[in-house]
Amino acid sequence: MAATAAELQTAHGSGSDHVDSHGHSDHPPSSTGLDSRKLVMWAFLASDTMFFGALIGVYMTYRGRSEAMGMGPYPYDIFDIPYTSVSAFVLLMSSLTMVLALAAIQRGNNRGLRVWLTATALLGAIFVGGQFFEFTMFVREGLTLNSNMFGSSFFVLTGFHGLHVTVGVIWLLTLVWMSLRGGIDQSKSLNVEIAGLYWHFVDIVWIVIFTLVYLIPYENVGNGEVTHSAEGAFHFITNAIRSLPF
Amino acid sequence: MAHDAALAHHEGDHDHPGEGFYIKVAIVLTIITVVEVVIYYLEGFRDFLVPALIILSCIKFAAVVGYFMHLKFDNKLFAWMFSAGLAISLAVMIAMVVIMHTGNYWAPVMLPKS
Repeated sequence: MAATAAELQTAHGSGSDHVDSHGHSDHPPSSTGLDSRKLVMWAFLASDTMFFGALIGVYMTYRGRSEAMGMGPYPYDIFDIPYTSVSAFVLLMSSLTMVLALAAIQRGNNRGLRVWLTATALLGAIFVGGQFFEFTMFVREGLTLNSNMFGSSFFVLTGFHGLHVTVGVIWLLTLVWMSLRGGIDQSKSLNVEIAGLYWHFVDIVWIVIFTLVYLIPYENVGNGEVTHSAEGAFHFITNAIRSLPF
Repeated sequence: MAHDAALAHHEGDHDHPGEGFYIKVAIVLTIITVVEVVIYYLEGFRDFLVPALIILSCIKFAAVVGYFMHLKFDNKLFAWMFSAGLAISLAVMIAMVVIMHTGNYWAPVMLPKS
């Protein structure tokens, strides 16, 4: 007797998607019981965390060295904290609109999905535009990829972040287009959730960059003195480690 | 639809927070950002600025990861995976900073003037 689709789906466990009478499913069962697509996205985010960790580590390593070598321009000469604060706020709000988009489609609200996804993409585009404008201002003031260590590490770090945001904007607009064509409904909310995970990751990277690159103050340590700054904090930590008995 | 519903059960899912909750989280994140910028300009806060900024950033980081990315409510395997990458990332950052900022690693480098 041919098994019914429901019996086959039960046999395949939660990994089955649509199961026809022949037992063919769209998604094979996974050993974890979790959707493999979501698992892969979290694995990718873990790897991307290490990628940005390396870039941020390089920036923090080179921090203060341009000043010590007397090669400007220096961060405190060119950073516009109020301007960057606004762009940080814009990206933060884009995380809100992204999660509202997910909440909308999980309730089956397709129109809400499109509205909030478009808002998220728009905010992301504003952020990228702001970054682009900021970078052009920096270049006018003499900061380039090869002007000094600060320029190299700064542009590589923030450039890769901007690239991630740009990819995210394209992804979101693609989802909007798919939704307009009827390709996304409540049953396919995972597609939006996975895009959301990527988008929120981009936001948390900027949270870290905004603090470590822009907000933690730069103090002149060229005379060997340390002040209450990142360099001072580093010296405190390294001296503490060196004083350990092992 | 049955597939996603079954997976939601396996992923430890529960009723998703409503929009109001997410808006509250966003308001808290905005307030923290404002506080970060304000204390940046306060001269009297200079002694505590670095640890305060790091702590506030960690709170924002945890809030976005926990609530917006839903990691607080999802299957713990996702948290373990992300935490592993984060731990390695932090270890590399700290190791690089400690190594490069210890002793006289940075010798004066004479570069030709362009």
